[in-house]
Amino acid sequence: MVPGDLRYTKEHEWIRVEGDEAVIGITQHAADQLGDIVFVELPGAGRTLEAMATFGVVESVKAVSDLFAPVSGEVIGANDALAGAPEVVNTDPYGDGWMLRIRLADPGQVDDLLDAAAYDALIAEG
Amino acid sequence: MPYGSHTADDRARMLETIGIASVDELFEAIPEALRAGPLRLDGPEPELELSARLAGLAARNRVDLASFLGAGAYRHWTPAVVDQMLLRGEWYTAYTPYQPEVSQGTLQSIYEYQSMLAELTGLDVVSASHYDGGAATAEAALMTCRATRRERILVSRAVHPHYRQTLETYASGAGLAAEEVPLVADGPLAGTTDLVALARLLDDPARPVAGVVAAQPNVLGLLEDMPEIGRLAHAAGALFVGVIEPVSLAVLAPPGEYGADIAAGEGQPLGIPLQYGGPYLGIVACTDPLVRQIPGRLVGQTSDLDGRRAFVMTMRAREQDIRREKAASNICTNQALLALAASIYLATIGPHGLRDVAAGGAARAAELEAALAAAGAPRMHAGAYLNEFVVRVPDARGVHARLLDRGVLAGIPTADLLPDEPALSDGLLVCATEVTTSAEIGQFASALRAELAAAPVAGGAR
Repeated sequence: MVPGDLRYTKEHEWIRVEGDEAVIGITQHAADQLGDIVFVELPGAGRTLEAMATFGVVESVKAVSDLFAPVSGEVIGANDALAGAPEVVNTDPYGDGWMLRIRLADPGQVDDLLDAAAYDALIAEG
Repeated sequence: MPYGSHTADDRARMLETIGIASVDELFEAIPEALRAGPLRLDGPEPELELSARLAGLAARNRVDLASFLGAGAYRHWTPAVVDQMLLRGEWYTAYTPYQPEVSQGTLQSIYEYQSMLAELTGLDVVSASHYDGGAATAEAALMTCRATRRERILVSRAVHPHYRQTLETYASGAGLAAEEVPLVADGPLAGTTDLVALARLLDDPARPVAGVVAAQPNVLGLLEDMPEIGRLAHAAGALFVGVIEPVSLAVLAPPGEYGADIAAGEGQPLGIPLQYGGPYLGIVACTDPLVRQIPGRLVGQTSDLDGRRAFVMTMRAREQDIRREKAASNICTNQALLALAASIYLATIGPHGLRDVAAGGAARAAELEAALAAAGAPRMHAGAYLNEFVVRVPDARGVHARLLDRGVLAGIPTADLLPDEPALSDGLLVCATEVTTSAEIGQFASALRAELAAAPVAGGAR
């Protein structure tokens, strides 16, 4: 079961809304599929994100994958701790493995994302 | 290995599937004049006769000339052990296997290449490897754009014109802008990158620069103020690419010392014979923070389950076979065999030997400069050089052609190398290395003296 308080994308990112801000990361399923994560490339504060456009990359020992913004917004900060310890994305993807904090451009966009049940169904399909 | 090519039926079905009538239609984007025509080959000949005919063709090559040609490719002595090692059948594979760790020897050779080039460049990371100096320089320029997320590259006109053309081709394909930094026309800094112009080009907040590309020594053989170019680039938030000639790094400050973020260059001088059109070896090195941007493979050292030294393909996840169109480079092929030649060469002659090669070339060049000046062709520029320089010769093209008849390949007319530089219209770019002999220098000087004496006085009536 994925956490119930988050919303999800089909590309396996999660988002947690906190007022007019939100935190973004990738799901445990995504981290498991990627394998050992060795590098995360994230945008700096001030960058503008556009919903479903790529904002960074996550590199595992076997692949490099794009990260997609669940919603539009402006980057407030990135999780700098991942530069030295990218493996935290594998061990704690919903907690210390978070990637970006953003200011939402349009909070309504969150409603278009998958809820926990829908995301569970998506990954159950394989 | 048996290999079945596509049958006519296979081809017809593929053409039908993609909806074209002939294979030629795939190449219509290439201008007609540039497309290969049909090969007109004679009928088969007995091996004896064919061999004699090929020997006759080969005899038309001029191998008797005293050569002073450099301009990006350099004659050096290659110890016999380099070819002896290189010709071993174990190395003759075109590709690193898809499970590269089964080829520990190949990986170790690449690792040693990376290690020696990192020591030579003073940078943290070296990839293995690229086609040639031009491709390496273009890849380095693209790295600066990816790393800074900017789209404008400044390249000095004192970078080899072929490298600039390659860079321009890569940049235009990627939607990036490549602009040239002019040369200083006269005075003590003539022939070097115009730093005032560079500062002006960098000072455009609306069009921030990703990277500045300059060569050391530059294409005219002159030494640039690389620390200052790097300082200007960094002050504008741009990265600095130093285009290197690897032998010179034995005596000049390496890129890692003068503030370059990336070094790129031609590896041919390291034990690779002069060949028309290559294959040569493109070198790219960078600082650790740029490691994710460097194209090509990176091999690392690790230990196996039993604690023994082993080698792995450490970083390749951004290569084309894995990341498709988002790969760090669309060139997936490397020059492992030539990188190996460079490794064997460097390991054979060692750091002291390489210093001797570089210093020997510089000493020969000083001898050449004095001899040519005495023959009536003084240097055109005042700045310091290592082993290549421009001499002022009236009607340089004509003199160059006539010197061939006297058995001397007098470098290259600067008007041919850099036709867009009016200040260089009467020059010959000449080079000496450790293999240049005093006898050759004497032959060049006396032939030149004779030519200059025979030529009409500049500006006079013929």
